[in-house]
Amino acid sequence: MRIKLEKRREPSMAMLVVTPVVSVLVTMLIGIVVFDLLGIDGFKAVTDIFITPLITSYKWQDVAVKAAPLIIIALGLSVANRAQVWNIGAEGQYIVGALCATGVGLAFGTMGGPVVVTLMVAAGVIGGAAWAAVPAGLRTRFSVNEILSSLMLTYVAGHALSYLVGGPWKDPEGRNFPVTAPLVDSQTLPVLGTSTVHLGVLVAVILPFVFWYLMSRSVFGFQVRVVGSAPNAARHGGFDGKQTIWLAMIISGGMAGLAGALEFTGVLHKMDLGFASGYGFTAIIVCFLGRLNPIGCLIAGIVLAVTYVGGQMAQTSVKIPSSTAGIFQAMMLFLILASDILVRYRIKLVKGAVA
Amino acid sequence: MEDSLTPRLELNGITKRFPGVLANDHVSFSVRPGEIHALLGENGAGKSTLVKMIYGIMQPDAGEIRWNGQRITVANPKAARKLGIGMVFQHFSLFEAMTVLENIALGMDASIAARDLEAKILAVMGQYGLKLEPHRIVSTLSVGERQRIEIVRALLLNPNLLIMDEPTSVLTPQEVEQLFVVLRQLASEGCSILYISHKLHEIKALCDSATILRGGKLVDTCDPSVETSRSMAEKMIGGNLKEIQRKPGRVFGAEKLVARGLSVPKDGPFGTALRDIGFSVRAGEIFGIAGVAGNGQNALMMALSGEVPVQDHGAITVSGAEIGRLSAKARRLVGMASVPEERNGHAAVPDFSLADNAILTGRDRMGMVRGGMINAQAARTYAGEVIEVFAVKATGPGAFAESLSGGNLQKFIMGREILQKPDVLVVSQPTWGVDAGAAAAIHQALVDLAAQGSAIVVISQDLDELLSLCDTLAVINEGRLSPAMAVADARIEEIGLLMGGIHGSEPVGENTHAH
Repeated sequence: MRIKLEKRREPSMAMLVVTPVVSVLVTMLIGIVVFDLLGIDGFKAVTDIFITPLITSYKWQDVAVKAAPLIIIALGLSVANRAQVWNIGAEGQYIVGALCATGVGLAFGTMGGPVVVTLMVAAGVIGGAAWAAVPAGLRTRFSVNEILSSLMLTYVAGHALSYLVGGPWKDPEGRNFPVTAPLVDSQTLPVLGTSTVHLGVLVAVILPFVFWYLMSRSVFGFQVRVVGSAPNAARHGGFDGKQTIWLAMIISGGMAGLAGALEFTGVLHKMDLGFASGYGFTAIIVCFLGRLNPIGCLIAGIVLAVTYVGGQMAQTSVKIPSSTAGIFQAMMLFLILASDILVRYRIKLVKGAVA
Repeated sequence: MEDSLTPRLELNGITKRFPGVLANDHVSFSVRPGEIHALLGENGAGKSTLVKMIYGIMQPDAGEIRWNGQRITVANPKAARKLGIGMVFQHFSLFEAMTVLENIALGMDASIAARDLEAKILAVMGQYGLKLEPHRIVSTLSVGERQRIEIVRALLLNPNLLIMDEPTSVLTPQEVEQLFVVLRQLASEGCSILYISHKLHEIKALCDSATILRGGKLVDTCDPSVETSRSMAEKMIGGNLKEIQRKPGRVFGAEKLVARGLSVPKDGPFGTALRDIGFSVRAGEIFGIAGVAGNGQNALMMALSGEVPVQDHGAITVSGAEIGRLSAKARRLVGMASVPEERNGHAAVPDFSLADNAILTGRDRMGMVRGGMINAQAARTYAGEVIEVFAVKATGPGAFAESLSGGNLQKFIMGREILQKPDVLVVSQPTWGVDAGAAAAIHQALVDLAAQGSAIVVISQDLDELLSLCDTLAVINEGRLSPAMAVADARIEEIGLLMGGIHGSEPVGENTHAH
């Protein structure tokens, strides 16, 4: 008996859906085994990270609030990745988006209201898009690899953040901590009742359906898919490859900027160095776990948010560092990429011992 | 020398099953040492599957392979090469970003110093008259040149059996003759050759025997010298072969497509610049552009299709309107359609459905777009119409392009453009790697489209195709186009000389390519 990979005539739609689920399950299985080997109750650790937040109703709002930025960023990345444009700098665009919202908020002083908040969020979108436009311009004009330029700009954004919160925008009343003054209430996003669930969560629930509709039905969605799948065919069909790169970068940057502005106005209400929390990188995992599909991103965003919340819970319940969640997240990405082969190939057991 | 009574290669009852199809059904034949044996059949008849099993890429489900009388299992291509089986594929396996030399070095099982390998390559090329620059980057080479890499790669192994899959599809008559000299030389040295082709007159000219497959089954093993091309073709397709039907006494209408002073600079260091190209095609006329691969056909195709618009807006006109700077999309809107030579990834997206591939070029003319949104139903309907009118073998509009055989996909692509009723259609290599039945259907469709008043340009390296299909012919060489000539008055020798140009079709020996 030997194992053989046989190419499928057409990519398997079933596998496209099944493999992300399997990846998550296998990640959990590996987690149980590894933790048990380390002398920790693996089953409890894994259930705490993956299951408990889902069955503990008072944790739901935490999950929702954490999922929102992941979903919104991942939606933008799904468009870019479909066009085979690799925006690795969403984290930077997320930071710049929030900074732009901060700048607008500060400019209005104590003035607030829906118009000001809308302007702040719009500034976030524009800032994120502009930050992503730099790699787009470098790529289309000078053939600079956008993976490197967008990633490096993340560090620039991080330094801009620390300069602004530690300098010009530092809270005068803040006992010299590098943090901006908290937003006045009228500059923050409305929340649901007494919960922490803010308007941005609603945006994160609605946008996937908008993206799904546009990507599957519009000429633009078609253009992105063709450019990503067969650039020469796209040119033959009359689609402009450079324009597609521009749009893909700007959309993904704009979404990251939107997520940053919503996080700032909806959750944190002030900017400090802790704002760079890695959502922009985790969203890459969300995007692939969601199969570059907007609805998939919605589901995968919730899964990843669960691991964040669960990681914190496991910290106290089984005494493992909360960064364990990061290991699980990375493992999921690894497994989903590895299991991609099952979409195009099937595994066959062949009789006979042919070497 | 081996006993000439023992076949070099013998297949007994070879069967290979794929999900849903029986690709080979108890196929048996044998090839003697020094014999040139043709393997003939339509696309999808099972030829490729059969040779893949001989070359060790696949394993048969049943049956045996004997090599010099010994029953063998060919585990993989490396084992095949060790036995002395070489293969030149129809689809090349080359790394585009690497040089010719690096590509050949990568294909070698034993590692050889680059300098020695280069000397060996030059020796083989000199011996067999195959022209190739070892240090050129593959991405800059034409299809014909790429094929030569594969041939050299196979010959370097001194094979006892050489499998050639559709080797002449992209060669000039002179190059085909040269290849035949190479193959005959190899055969006289005792090397057996398994020659896969659709071109029946080539098989008659070259092969000692022919095995014909149809639908995975062996139909006949015959002697091509006593058969006619027609009789073999009919065995192959299992029916009567259709010839191109033309209405007599056709007259051409007004000039539809005119190129005047069309010049395009080189695209990259190894590209070919187009220099002052001029021609005109009238309504109802089929205009052929002959030429050896790599003489500017790609650049001309890009310029005509609009994939690379030209600076001089007036260099190309359609029905009098200047279109030089228009994009491919804008040109389709004024009635100019095109079909590039590469099906997979250029004319069609392999992992898209046929309906989505219909959207690719038909979306504007066939009303599939409204307010930036795609009408998926219209796309499916149109794809279904193409499938039906052009008898494309596919499960339906939802079938992925990559699931179709080459001939069927080409029929779909041609049909997708033709049913849009373009005023001008530019096609490149319309029947490359396509079986006789599909080629005949495509040719007939082009003739019919011209009869409805469209102007058609066919860029092809297959001179037979151009001579049977076109009304007018010009030859492209080094980016220049010869004056047009009526096919009825054209002499093959003259065309051959124009095609040769200064590149010549003589063996490499006398020039070392100093440009």
